[in-house]
Amino acid sequence: MAAPYAVYLLVISAYPIVFALVLVFLRWDLVTAPSFAGFDNLRMLANDGRFWRAVANTFVFLSIHVPLQIVTALGLALALNRKLAGRGFWRAAFFLPVVISGAVVAILWSNLYATDVGLINKLLVKIGIAPVSWLTDPNTAMPAIAVMVTWKNVGFYVIIYLAGLQYIPRSCQEAIEIEGASAWQRFRYLTLPSLLPQTILVVTLSTINGFQLFIEPYVMTGGGPLRRTYSVVLYLYTNAFAYQKMGYAATIGVALALIIGAVVFIQRRVIGKAEAL
Amino acid sequence: MLRRIGLYAGLALAALTFIYPFLWMASSTFKPREEFGSLALIPAHFTLDNYRTMWARAPFGRALLNSTMVATTITLAVLVFGSITAYAMARLTFRGRPVLNAATLAVLLVPGQLTLIPLYTLIVQLGWIDTYTALIVPYLFNATAILMLRQFFLQIPQSLIDAARMDGMSEMRILFTIFWPLSKPVLSIVAIFTFMGSWNEVLWPLLVVRDQQLMTLPQLLTVFALGGGAGSVGVSLASAMVLVIPVVVAYAFLQRNFIESMAGAGIKG
Repeated sequence: MAAPYAVYLLVISAYPIVFALVLVFLRWDLVTAPSFAGFDNLRMLANDGRFWRAVANTFVFLSIHVPLQIVTALGLALALNRKLAGRGFWRAAFFLPVVISGAVVAILWSNLYATDVGLINKLLVKIGIAPVSWLTDPNTAMPAIAVMVTWKNVGFYVIIYLAGLQYIPRSCQEAIEIEGASAWQRFRYLTLPSLLPQTILVVTLSTINGFQLFIEPYVMTGGGPLRRTYSVVLYLYTNAFAYQKMGYAATIGVALALIIGAVVFIQRRVIGKAEAL
Repeated sequence: MLRRIGLYAGLALAALTFIYPFLWMASSTFKPREEFGSLALIPAHFTLDNYRTMWARAPFGRALLNSTMVATTITLAVLVFGSITAYAMARLTFRGRPVLNAATLAVLLVPGQLTLIPLYTLIVQLGWIDTYTALIVPYLFNATAILMLRQFFLQIPQSLIDAARMDGMSEMRILFTIFWPLSKPVLSIVAIFTFMGSWNEVLWPLLVVRDQQLMTLPQLLTVFALGGGAGSVGVSLASAMVLVIPVVVAYAFLQRNFIESMAGAGIKG
């Protein structure tokens, strides 16, 4: 009964993994026969300013997105964890953008961020702040995308934190209250440490998500201005689809997988160390 | 008391930042070009022109059918094939079962970007570019779904299976007449995240489909908005509404299931 699945795993999962590693050493435009490229793809990758620009862009994205995601998700989860009227409604409202397609969110926010007629600048002008060229200024474009992605995903991470909050034993909460701890002390010494597993999860998932950034720059900026929002997956897609360089695109894919693995590994080590302190 | 008011005011403000952009998007699609950019939610001059233009300029009706067909087929396949596989992995003994379990877990750890290009070259070589097959076949099975179903099937008492076997029931009948009715919660979870994943997927269709007649909704929407086919913001947002409305309607009725499903799948995936 499991045989079809075994075949599927071999063809759709195992074969592409192996073939990705083969493609790293090939030159192939899908029209003519593939030829052996030796280490050319790897050499090209190492010296490819555009690829490293995309990696650097991703780190800019992550340095804003991950902390902001933790703070907003934790804040909303703490608010929702109290006795509230209409809790289901609030939760559903925060979760709404999670169910909406990323393509739609990108198109919607391109208009919200629009310099002249965008909703955000209209509001800024109303309260007396000069309008900002969100997506056309190289310094604000990637942060603007990072804020948008945080907005889209926060509801998902709120659910994760809410689940974690239910596991803090009532007895601990009562004990720390009897000790006379202030609200800040309760948060700092009970809630925050108890939520460490959830925080690790949020860091890991939002990091992986950040490395997979594609539709947002594709739709909103085309990777510009000055390539500042070019993402690794967008570069991979361009190499495969526009330049027909299968070997090089696959090399980018392999490199990306290794970078994701390394970054997630280092994050976990650092968070583990911080916990021991 | 003051603090409670502050809490509700804060929550209302937060909720507004999540809901208002969608309301603004919906209202903008009913505004003529001159009014776009006004903050008012009610259009001064109500118009359906944006929808007429959108519908006339690109095959959105066809894309709606394509998306519905592809997402439904994939969801049914993941439920049926996934259940059969999960049943075997949970309740039958066969050679290679431990390998299959380990492989299923391993698949979840491999980022999709690694296999994207090799899979694309495979589809090209099979001559599947611009076919529904290319959109559907790679998604017929889903490792997350199989693991969730397997976990659930493991908790169903063995006595039910033994009794059914004594009655001469086949394993398939046991699965679909005894296990399925007991597994409605997990089946609905799998159905929602599979359908939503397929409905919103855009990178894979962008790679394997170039013919407008075969494009899925998010893909056509992206191509339409980028290619300048929309011509105006109202038209571009109107096309986005075609993708959003079915999801928002379903979400309004089944929000609890959506949240449970999409949050649960994300944790495992």
